[in-house]
Amino acid sequence: MTAGVLAADVQIPVSERGPSPRKVIVGYGFWLFLLSDIILFSAFFAAYAVLADRTAGGPGGAQLFHRDNVLLETACLLLSSFACAMMGLAVEQRHRAWMVVGALLTFALGAAFLALELREFADMLGHGAGPERSAFLSAFFALVGLHGAHVGIGLCWLVAQVTQVLTLGWRPKVIDRLACFSLFWHALDIVWIGVFTIVYLGAH
Amino acid sequence: MDEHRVRRQQSADHETPGESPDWRSGLVKPLMGLAASIVLTLASFWAAGSHLVWGPGVPVLLAALAIGQMGVHLVLFLHVSSGPESTNTILALAFGVFVVALVVFGSLIIMANLDAGMCGMHSPSCKS
Repeated sequence: MTAGVLAADVQIPVSERGPSPRKVIVGYGFWLFLLSDIILFSAFFAAYAVLADRTAGGPGGAQLFHRDNVLLETACLLLSSFACAMMGLAVEQRHRAWMVVGALLTFALGAAFLALELREFADMLGHGAGPERSAFLSAFFALVGLHGAHVGIGLCWLVAQVTQVLTLGWRPKVIDRLACFSLFWHALDIVWIGVFTIVYLGAH
Repeated sequence: MDEHRVRRQQSADHETPGESPDWRSGLVKPLMGLAASIVLTLASFWAAGSHLVWGPGVPVLLAALAIGQMGVHLVLFLHVSSGPESTNTILALAFGVFVVALVVFGSLIIMANLDAGMCGMHSPSCKS
């Protein structure tokens, strides 16, 4: 049936096809929000890039960062993103059990990422390298902390979404929100690529 | 119990049917994205730690790998495509990239200029 609709679409010019499907419109609206969020991140990236060398005699990135830890964090977030894509497939199939499994994996890996990050922060604070030590560390905690806060909020959102699927079922609004969560989660992974490249691998 | 069943029934009326009957075809893109991301991430970490790459070339290589991985994420996870339903998405993305570049490079240039103008104060990058 969908194939027939698609074939008919080819005959009609784009301007005469009427409004886009709900999925496309919802996705576009949320995409605009994500771009504004990425512009917010870009301001924090700019602050970090400007202040990266201002260590005020304190420890620099090369002394503070552990690449093994960062690689582990990256792996957690990437696998969480993949689990989120699997959850999306289960949602397309309207398969409740697989959706919950995908959500649990997404949540567990995201929480593991956050735990690793908080452990790193606690370690740095314990060594007297808190945000008050230097401009470099202020910018570091602001940028990486902002990303971590986004991950934390995303985890809360995921719990709310799973609850909605279990109590309300596959309503169109619930499915829209799940699609938006999926976009949010993948976008956070894109921001993390910038963080690990500029902050951790760029440290010298 | 009865009330619960009634509510279930009502929600069933609102449920929308599944989109595509074939879930295996949906697996291809995320799997490709995962594989490409793993390769690019490992390449980034290798390039940053290895002495095989010419020193000044490392930041350029890291930037190229990061941009490549962002592209992989956009196409394979976020499903940005060249299809007509993605036109607006791509236009908005282009504008977003433009603003990000303005903010980041603009800040770097302005702050470097200010820094050079503050010579004689506590500026570590001042050469004189």
